[in-house]
Amino acid sequence: MKLIIAIIQPEELPAVKEELLKRNIYKFTITNARGQGKEIPVQEVYRGISHEITLLKKVRLEVAVNDEFVDAVVEAVTIVAKKDGDKGRGKVFILPIDDCIRLRTGERGSEAIG
Amino acid sequence: MIRTKILLGILFFMQGSTLLANGEPTAADAMFTVNNTWMLISTFLVFIMHLGFASLEAGLTQSKNTVNILFKNVSIIAIGILTYAICGFNLMYPGEFNGYFGFAGFGITSPIGSAGLIDYADGAYTYFTDFIFQAMFAATAATIVSGAVAERIKLSSFLIFSTVYVAIIYPVAGSWKWGAGWLDQLGFYDFAGSTLVHSVGGWAALVGAILVGSRIGKYGQNGRIKPILGHNMPLATIGVFLLWFGWYGFNGGSVLSADPGGVSLVFVTTTLAAAAGIIGAMITSWYVSKKPDLSMILNGSLAGLVGITAGADVISPMNSVLVGFIAGVIVVLSVIQLDKLKIDDPVGAISVHLICGIWGTLAVGVFSAEHSLSVQALGVVAYGLFCLIGSALIFTVLKYSIGLRVSEDEEIIGLDIGEHDMESYAGFQIFTVE
Repeated sequence: MKLIIAIIQPEELPAVKEELLKRNIYKFTITNARGQGKEIPVQEVYRGISHEITLLKKVRLEVAVNDEFVDAVVEAVTIVAKKDGDKGRGKVFILPIDDCIRLRTGERGSEAIG
Repeated sequence: MIRTKILLGILFFMQGSTLLANGEPTAADAMFTVNNTWMLISTFLVFIMHLGFASLEAGLTQSKNTVNILFKNVSIIAIGILTYAICGFNLMYPGEFNGYFGFAGFGITSPIGSAGLIDYADGAYTYFTDFIFQAMFAATAATIVSGAVAERIKLSSFLIFSTVYVAIIYPVAGSWKWGAGWLDQLGFYDFAGSTLVHSVGGWAALVGAILVGSRIGKYGQNGRIKPILGHNMPLATIGVFLLWFGWYGFNGGSVLSADPGGVSLVFVTTTLAAAAGIIGAMITSWYVSKKPDLSMILNGSLAGLVGITAGADVISPMNSVLVGFIAGVIVVLSVIQLDKLKIDDPVGAISVHLICGIWGTLAVGVFSAEHSLSVQALGVVAYGLFCLIGSALIFTVLKYSIGLRVSEDEEIIGLDIGEHDMESYAGFQIFTVE
């Protein structure tokens, strides 16, 4: 069992979601996140004064899967991310999971994740 | 036709007790009723401007200070109207007086019989209509200060300042022109209050913003300016539309009767100036900032409205476009310039009400042949000195007694918690039910 945490661009979320569903991955959580990557700070203007935005809006996607689905998840995320330009597009982290419990039934482990 | 008769019938019924006392209503009675009804409609249009101010100020400040800014706006209308009943009305309209200061006594009492009704203003409105219409204006002047000192002024100090300012400074200043005082005798003209309401509020906003100081984090090292973003642009937009809506009563009611020619001209000049203010601000902000700023065109429409207020009945429609457009340009440049001078005005109140109020007052001298630019300028200077000294005095006394500013910690946490122990948007962020 693995937990995959992907920090992606907000505008890519609909496409990533579609790719996950295509690969029979139906269970995931997303949260709004802010982060600083390698990108040049973005300039915004408010009432005549420009200012730098360094913490940019990101989406944090979390998917817990059995080992055989890890590649599918990674593929779903990477296929969407644009590769051109030198602007960072986010990262994917893969972590081991000790256990998992489904709250309704009390099932544990691989059963609960699937 | 039948509908008109029913309408007139209803209107007569509303004021039937006084009108029908002498038998059949006359044409003069009918005009009196129509005039008075228009003045009362204008009154509640001005009333809705307070919701406009509240929304605009809440939208252009941070979410952590929303309860505080709304609290101030709600308090102000109460303070403005009550003080106007206690002493303001009789300070502003003292009747016969020396032209500088007069007081006709505490409280309001209508002259008995027709003297307080049809004869009070030659069939234009009653004594009570006069009072309530003017009371709404008084409350408006005090509200202007609120936005400029937002997010760091102590609530108690602000309330005390507003009470004294609207109870004494505003009506005494107003008596010089609208109370038939010395500036009125000289021929100074201010139709609906570019100076008497907007600049009077604006001068206090300027003094307040300087004396209370800028918000923490607004001005960094080596002159770097860091914007503090307003938290709700839709709310700010609603506020501006409500203010514009209310302005039809502010200017339209200042005709002081339902005179068809007068009211319709004022509606046209008011609307054209507001529209031109938006375009002026749009072009300026697009050019200066490279991108068009919504908050700037919101200020632009108000700038046009404030600009035309002094001369809405004496400036031609095409010139009102020019007045509004110039006001829109001025307001953007002024907002940017005040920031460079480190005068922190979160909502642009000083630029809109003071700077464009001055422009509007001078514009009467420029665009109306019957009025002199030098007398208009004299009025601007006289009001400027009086309001600067008055507001500086009150703010300084407060600064060295109970203090003007909240503590640094409170400012960072937000005045909602600091002053009120209350949140504006409880439950908005975390999906939980307690």
